[in-house]
Amino acid sequence: MQQLTKEHFEPISVDLRQAEAIKRPSLSFWSDVWRRLKMNKVAMASMIFIVALLVCAIVIPLVTHNDYFTTDLAGKNKKPSAEHWFGTDDLGRDVFVRIWYGARISLEVGLAAAFIDLIIGVIWGGIAGFYGGRVDEIMMRIADILFAIPYLLVVILLMVVLEPGVGTIIIALTITGWIGMARIVRGQMLQLKNQEFVLAARSLGADSNRLIFKHLIPNALGPIIVTLSLTVPSAIFAESFLSFIGLGVAAPIASWGTMSNEGLPAMKYYPWRLMFPAVFISVTILAFNLFGDGLRDAVDPRLRK
Amino acid sequence: MIRYLGKRIIFMLISLFLIVTATFFIMKAVPGGPFTSEKNVPDEIKAALEAKYKLNLPIHEQYFNYLKGVATWDLGPSFTEKSSTVNEMINRGFPVSAHLGAQALLLAISGGIILGVIAALKHNKWQDFSAMILAVLGLSVPSFILASFYQYVFAINWGLLPIAKWEGFSYTILPSLALAASPMAFIARLTRSNMIEVLGQDYIKTAKAKGLHSFAITVRHAIRNALLPVITYLGPLIAGILTGAFVIERIFGVPGLGREFVLSITNRDYTVIMGTTVFYSIILVVMILIVDIAYTLVDPRIKLSDSGKE
Amino acid sequence: MKKNIFALVSSIAVLGTALAGCGGGQQATTPPAEQPANSQPATPSTPAAEKKPQVLRLNLHSEPPTGDPGLAEDTTSGAIILATFDGLTRIGSDEKPHEAAAESYTVSDDKLTYTFKIRDHKWSNGDPVTAHDFEYAWKRALDPKTASNYAYQLYYIKNGEKANKGEAKLDDVGVKALDDKTLEVKLENPTPFFLELLAFRTYFPVNQKVVQANEKWAGDAKTHIGNGPFKIESWEHKSKLVIVKNDNYWDKDNVKLDKIEFSMVEDENTELSMFDNGELDWAGSPTSDLPTDAIPALKEQGKLTTQAIAGTYWYKFNTEKPPFNNIKIRKAFTYSIDRQSLIDNILQRGQLPATGAVPPSMVLNPNGYFKDNDQETAKKLLEEGMKELGITKLPVITLSYNTSEGHKKIAEAIQDQWKKNLGVEVKLENKEWKVYLEDLHQGNYQIGRMGWLGDFNDPINFLELYKDKMGGNNDTRWENPQFKEFLNQSAKEADLDKRKKILADAEQILMDEMPIMPIYFYTQSWVQKPGVKGVQITGLGDVDWKGAYVE
Repeated sequence: MQQLTKEHFEPISVDLRQAEAIKRPSLSFWSDVWRRLKMNKVAMASMIFIVALLVCAIVIPLVTHNDYFTTDLAGKNKKPSAEHWFGTDDLGRDVFVRIWYGARISLEVGLAAAFIDLIIGVIWGGIAGFYGGRVDEIMMRIADILFAIPYLLVVILLMVVLEPGVGTIIIALTITGWIGMARIVRGQMLQLKNQEFVLAARSLGADSNRLIFKHLIPNALGPIIVTLSLTVPSAIFAESFLSFIGLGVAAPIASWGTMSNEGLPAMKYYPWRLMFPAVFISVTILAFNLFGDGLRDAVDPRLRK
Repeated sequence: MIRYLGKRIIFMLISLFLIVTATFFIMKAVPGGPFTSEKNVPDEIKAALEAKYKLNLPIHEQYFNYLKGVATWDLGPSFTEKSSTVNEMINRGFPVSAHLGAQALLLAISGGIILGVIAALKHNKWQDFSAMILAVLGLSVPSFILASFYQYVFAINWGLLPIAKWEGFSYTILPSLALAASPMAFIARLTRSNMIEVLGQDYIKTAKAKGLHSFAITVRHAIRNALLPVITYLGPLIAGILTGAFVIERIFGVPGLGREFVLSITNRDYTVIMGTTVFYSIILVVMILIVDIAYTLVDPRIKLSDSGKE
Repeated sequence: MKKNIFALVSSIAVLGTALAGCGGGQQATTPPAEQPANSQPATPSTPAAEKKPQVLRLNLHSEPPTGDPGLAEDTTSGAIILATFDGLTRIGSDEKPHEAAAESYTVSDDKLTYTFKIRDHKWSNGDPVTAHDFEYAWKRALDPKTASNYAYQLYYIKNGEKANKGEAKLDDVGVKALDDKTLEVKLENPTPFFLELLAFRTYFPVNQKVVQANEKWAGDAKTHIGNGPFKIESWEHKSKLVIVKNDNYWDKDNVKLDKIEFSMVEDENTELSMFDNGELDWAGSPTSDLPTDAIPALKEQGKLTTQAIAGTYWYKFNTEKPPFNNIKIRKAFTYSIDRQSLIDNILQRGQLPATGAVPPSMVLNPNGYFKDNDQETAKKLLEEGMKELGITKLPVITLSYNTSEGHKKIAEAIQDQWKKNLGVEVKLENKEWKVYLEDLHQGNYQIGRMGWLGDFNDPINFLELYKDKMGGNNDTRWENPQFKEFLNQSAKEADLDKRKKILADAEQILMDEMPIMPIYFYTQSWVQKPGVKGVQITGLGDVDWKGAYVE
C-alpha cells in the first residue's frame, strides 16, 4: 500500500472571490419564461399549430392550382372530394383555397386588432388606475363616451371617409376595441397598487413608470391574457360584420368570419360550407387560448415550482 | 362617499351630454337621411316631410330642440314607425330586453364563476382542461351560429322548446342560453385565471395552515378576491346585454330594444337613434358607477376617491 | 342550482351533437287541429270549412310601420291595409279591378270624369262609409302637411300634383262628394289604368271621425278602423298581430277565414324552421322571403310555389363617366351576361331573363330587345366602342351593390362572367343601403345594382323612371328627347292600342341606348300547407287574404 505523501497532493488555487460566481448563463426574465414554457406540452403544441397555420396561410395560396374567385356554376355546392378537399360553395368555388385566403385576412385582422387593443388598453388603463382620482375619472369617462356612441353609426361614417380594406377594418376595430382591455387593466391597478410589494418597490425608489410597467402590469398579466383571448375571436367576427357593411376587403375574397356567415343558412343543406370556416376559427382560437394560458403560467412568478 | 358620489354624478351628466352631442353630429354627418329611399319622392314632398319632422330647421336649432327633448324625456315621434313615439318604443322594447338580459346574465355569471372556480381548483387536471375547452368554444363560436344550432337541436330535432317568438317562459330559454354563452365563457376564463393567482397568495397559505377547510378557503377568501376583474367586466356587459342583443333578438324573433337600436341606424330614424342611444348611455354610466362602488365593497383596500397617494 | 344545469346544457350543446339521438319529448306548440274553433264557420255551405278551423298562421317578417292607407310606403303595411280596407275597386282573382266599396260607376266620354256610387256599407265600428270619407282621405294624402310619401299615386287626379306641391288649393283637387253616396272624380289625363289604381292603398278611404279624433289611430288595434274584410283584433308591436273577420264588411259571406295570426320573425331561416315544425302555415313571399340555400331542397321536395311579379332587376350605368358614356360599351357589357345561367344556378326561383325593361305582365315587346348571352356581338361592340373612345384597354371597372347576400352572389358571378367573356377586370364594392342610395342618386358610381317593383300594372311605371336626367329615380344621367316625347304623347293618348305602340317605341329607344342593363324579372316563391286555398297574390306581388280558406 502506498503511502500518501504530501507530494501526491497539489494545492488548488482558491479564489474566494469566485465562490459566488454564477456558472450557468444568467437567465433573463424572458429566457426563464421560455424555459418554463417549453416544459408545457399543451402550450408548445398550440404554438406549433399556430406557426403551421401562419405558414400554410402564406404558402398554400401560392402553390395551389385553384383560385378563390373563378366560379363554376355547374359545380356548385359539391361535397368534399379528392378534387375539392373541402367541397365547393354556392358559386362552385373551391372552399379549401378560400379558407387559406380567408386565413390571411382573419389572422391579420385578429392579431393586429388584438395587438393594438393590448397596447392602447394597457397604457390607458394602467395610467388611469395607477394615478386614480381626477386622471382616472377623466380617462375612464372618455372611454365611456367612446363606448356609448353607436358603433354602427361610427362605422358607416368611417366607410364614407376611408377606402375599404384591411387597414380600415383594423382602425374600425380598434376605435372601441381597447376599452374593454383598459377597464380590466384599470381594475387590476386599483387592486394591486395598494399591495405591499408596490410599497416595497416604491420605498426602494422606483418611479411611477417603473412601478406601472415593471411591477404592476406583470402582476396583472392573467386578466390581460384572458381579455386578449376574447379580443382575437371578437375581432375575427367583427371583421365579417364590417365587411358586410362595406368596410372590409371586397368580394369575392372572403375571410373566415364572412365564410361562416354565408355558410350558416346552408347549415342544413351543405354543412361543409359552415363547418370548415367555423372549425378553423374555433381551433385557432383554442390554440391561441391554450398558448396564452401556458404563457401566463410561465410568466407568473408565483407559480414557480 | 357622498361627496364622491356627487362628483361622479356631475361627471356622468357631462358624459351624457357629450355622448348626445357626438352622436347627434355623427348621425347628421352620415350620408342618407330618413327619407332617402329607393323610390325617390319629389322635392316638394321631401320638403313637406322635413317640415313635418322639423328637419328643415338650421342644424343648431335641431340640436337644441333635441337636447330639450332629452332633458324632458320627450324623445319625439319615430320616422319609420309612423304611429309610434320613441318613448313608446323604449317602453315596449326595454322590458323584453331586460327580461332576456337578466336571465342571460344570471346564467353567465353563475355558470362562469362555477366553471372558473372548478378549473382553478383542479389546475392542469382534466377538469381544468374540459372546462377551458368549453369556455374557448363559447368564445369562438359566435352567438348567431350557436343560436341556429340550438334551434336546430332543441326545437327542431328534439321538439323540446319553441323555435322562436316571445310568448312565455319556454320561449325565453334558448335566446338566454345563446346570449349567455360568450360572457359565460369569458367570466369562466377570468375567474380561473384570477383564482389561480389568488390561490398562490400567502394569505391562502395562512388560511390553509390554520387548518381551514378547503371549501371555506375557496368561498371565504379566494373567490372574493378573484372576482374583481369579473366585476369590471360586468358594467359594460350589463349595459350591452340589455340593449345590444340584436342578432339573438332577430334570430329568435324577440321584440326587444336591440332590434330597434340597430334598425334605427340603418333606417336613419334620427329620433330613435338618439332616443335609444341616450337610454343605453344612461344604463351604461350608471352601471359603471355601480361597478366602481362595488370595487370598494369587494376589496376594502381600494379607495377610488383618493388622488393624493402619489 | 337551476342555472347550473342550464350552463351545463348550454356547454354540452356547444360541444356538438354528443347527445343527439336521446330525443323525444313533447311538442311545445299546439298543432293546428287542436286549436279551438271559437266562431261559427263563415260559409255553412262548404262542408270542408266546418271541419277545419278557419285560422291561418303567417309570418309578417317585420312590424308593419303603419296601418294608415294614406301613409303606408311598404308592402308589409300594404298587406295589412289591403286586408282591413276596401277601395272603390278591388283586384279580383282574374287580376282585373272589380267594384268593391263602389257599387257602380260611370265614365264620361272623354274618360276624364268618373262618378262612383258608394255601396251601402259600414266601417268596422259601425259608422256608415260615405263618399265624404273618400274625399277626405284623398285630400288628406295630398295635403303637404300630411307629408305622405305615396301621394304621387294621386297625381292622376286633377290638380293632385299641384295641391301636393303647394301650387294649388286642396279645394281645387278633382275629387268631390256630391252627396253621401256619390263621389265625382276628375282626372288630369285619360288614365286607362285608373280603375286599377283605385285598388291601391293610397286611394282607400279613411274614417274621417276616427282620424281627426286621434292622430295615432292607425297604430293601435282599438282605434284602427277599416272597411275591409278583416279588422285588427290585437297588435302587440314587433311581436304579434291578429286580424279577425269583420262582421260589418259588405261582402262578409265571401270571407271564409275567421282569423289570421301574424308573427313577426325577421330571420328567414327561423321562419322556414317554424313552417317545417308546423308552427306556420306559410313561409316566404309575399310578406317575407325564403333563404336561398333552402331553395334547391324545397324544389326537389316539390314544395316550392313560384309566381312571376311585375318587377325588373337591373344594373344601371353611369352614362356620364367613361367608359360607359359610350353606348357600344354599355351594350357589350349588357349582352355578355349569361342571364339564364345566373337564374338556373344562383337565383333558382324560375325568374325570367330580362331582355327589356318592362316585365312580362305588362309587356310591350314579348320577344325582348336583344339576345341573352350574346358573346359574339358583345365582343364586337366592345372593340368598336373602345376604338370610338380611343383606348386599347379598359380600365378596372367598379361594380357597386348594396350590402346583401343575394346581390353579392349575382355580382360575384357577373364579375367572373365579364372577366371570362370580355377579359375585363371588375372590382366589387358594397355599401350600406342608404349610403349606396345617396351615391347612386349623386352619380357616384360606374355600374350599380337596382331593381324596380311596379306600383301599378302599366309600362309607364317602368319607363317613366328614365324620363328626366335628374329625375329622382333615374340615376343614370341619361336623357333622350325622343323618349321623353313618346312618354308625353302616351299620357294624352286615349286609344289603348295606339298608346301601347307609343310606349313600345319608347322602350325601344331605352334599349337602343342602354342606360340600364336588365338582368331578370322578379318572381316570388313560397311554401305553404297544402290545405291553404284561395290566397290571392296579384301580379304586383300584393297579397289578398279575402278569399282564403283552409281545407
